[in-house]
Amino acid sequence: MAVVFSKPHSLTDKSLHYCPGCTHGIIHRLVAEVIDELEIEGDTIGVASVGCSVMAYDYFNVDFVQAAHGRAPAVATGVKRSDPSKIVFTYQGDGDLAAIGTAETVHAAARRENITIIFINNAIYGMTGGQMAPTTLPGMVTQTSPYGRDVEAVGFPIKICELLSNIEGATYLERVTVNNVANVKKAKRAIKKAFQNQVEGKGFSLIEVVSTCPTNWGLSPQKSLEFIETDMLPAYPLGVYKDITGEEK
Amino acid sequence: MGEKVLMKGNEAIAEAAIRAGCMHYFGYPITPQTEVAAYMSKRMPKVGGVFLQAESEIAAINMVIGVAATGKRVMTSSSSPGISLKGEGISYLAGCDLPAVVVNVQRGGPGLGGIQPSQADYWQTTRGGGHGDYHNIVLAPASVQEMASLTVRGFDLADKYRMVVMILADGTMGQMMEPVEIDNIEPLKVEKPWALTGTGMKRKPNIVNSLYLKPNELEKTNFDRYKKYTKIAETEALAEEYLMEDAEICVTAFGITSRVAKNAIKEARAQGIKVGMIRPITLWPFPKSTYMKHADQCKAFISVEMNMGQMIEDVQLAIECKKPVTLCNRTGGMIPKPEEILAKIKEVGGVK
Amino acid sequence: MAKVTFKTDICKGCALCVDACPKNIIELSKTELNVKGHHPAVCIDMDACIGCAACATMCPDCVITVER
Repeated sequence: MAVVFSKPHSLTDKSLHYCPGCTHGIIHRLVAEVIDELEIEGDTIGVASVGCSVMAYDYFNVDFVQAAHGRAPAVATGVKRSDPSKIVFTYQGDGDLAAIGTAETVHAAARRENITIIFINNAIYGMTGGQMAPTTLPGMVTQTSPYGRDVEAVGFPIKICELLSNIEGATYLERVTVNNVANVKKAKRAIKKAFQNQVEGKGFSLIEVVSTCPTNWGLSPQKSLEFIETDMLPAYPLGVYKDITGEEK
Repeated sequence: MGEKVLMKGNEAIAEAAIRAGCMHYFGYPITPQTEVAAYMSKRMPKVGGVFLQAESEIAAINMVIGVAATGKRVMTSSSSPGISLKGEGISYLAGCDLPAVVVNVQRGGPGLGGIQPSQADYWQTTRGGGHGDYHNIVLAPASVQEMASLTVRGFDLADKYRMVVMILADGTMGQMMEPVEIDNIEPLKVEKPWALTGTGMKRKPNIVNSLYLKPNELEKTNFDRYKKYTKIAETEALAEEYLMEDAEICVTAFGITSRVAKNAIKEARAQGIKVGMIRPITLWPFPKSTYMKHADQCKAFISVEMNMGQMIEDVQLAIECKKPVTLCNRTGGMIPKPEEILAKIKEVGGVK
Repeated sequence: MAKVTFKTDICKGCALCVDACPKNIIELSKTELNVKGHHPAVCIDMDACIGCAACATMCPDCVITVER
């Protein structure tokens, strides 16, 4: 018998601090599998953000810098401009990337920075205990929208892939999810392409992963995966929002 | 000796940075420092370096963090309101023990303030400026030549101590033109085994981080960092003494005000008043021993500042309040005239 | 012939593998508690395992190694 599935080399042995059933772990593994398969572990530099994934630097077997809230794309820009031969990725949640870090995200895309962004959208601030995020669905109850997100008062969700698809500099934008085996495999293909683009110098790739937060959604891990299907995906449709990698540059 | 060329202060900083091996600069336009960015945008492509105009001061300082984390020399510059925005990043640089040079060509404040020269960011800069327990090394040039030479020194100190060095200039220093010599620079070579260069699968990952969830670990890190600061305070403080040997009155001023004060002191000396000047070149560490040395000899101190009186507190601390310290100040972008300083010298000296 | 191995100590008992298994041969142990205090996932009929790795694919914690 041969091993057909085991922990990827570019993940450390450290036990993840995420809550039971949180899909952060699946996405970490997919990123690590891609790093292994592209044989870029020794050349990869990660940028951790602020939020649940703040300690990503403990989990990947690669050099890492921890960025301030929302600033990861700017820090990644510095790292990449310092040594373009390195593979630089950020791993950011929705509060980090789509609220406080909107400007950094949009302008990194506009510059077509040759970096890879893994964007986790679970419609909530997890680390701080479940507050309303820029991606929180209308009517969704959170700690800071206890009567449900009232769009009249606090506005509408920000849809990052749709938003960035209007940015000329953006190279590759895809929204995926990890709520079942088939979707996990599709998510991995997208993440792999996003890293491959960088290896080939094609510019700015962002993969939005519609993810779960069982703890702050108040749902079991299983019900959380169902919530993705029933509530998240209608608001955040899966698919490729932009891909100019096939076009002449 | 190298050749002297006529340069603006802001340009001298930029050229000196490049000569010191800084190949990465991230900027954002704001008066009165924009010439630094403009100069860098012209020069960096010619020398194989990177100039990038960021989307904000915040983005620029975070790009600085990215380059600094990879172990390369990097700089950003701004003016007062922009430095406030950079405060977050400066705190993170301190927390991550990353070397970088940050230039503040000060203008009047608070708020949007004005675009005329000021020294009102003394507290912000010497106390850290961002959140948390930390210091920056702060260098205060008083000539275009020093704009260049202190920038070079700043990069060396930043690398040596793994911390932020701030060049605290002002709008006058940035805009004035003087002959300057920037040749024969030999940057200090410092090994950076902590830098992010990719593991190459040959070593454990390097992590640049300022997060400590265990309070005892954060406490130890802060204590260790302050041991470093103590060593710096003992070894790196710099001051110029001007006519201090027999001085009974000590004027003290940094940057542009020290030049005005010199003129006032010359005139006072011509009138027979024994007055001299201490000009701190490092504002942090503050050259306390230079002041203490003269605390008994002088009967009074006059702090000349372009703010509402900020450095004066450091002077009082440095001489342990042994003698009175009087403020002679203009603010809001106004520069004190030599006559105003002379009048204060006479007033303090009891001369009619 | 296939085999799944669980690193029981790091399992958080989320049961995403239980739902993912097409053969319904994984369940959370009713008797065992691991060091984290969770009832870890266990395979109750290894002979029926087809080595599809669906369980490992859905596991957020890299608990599962699959051999085939």
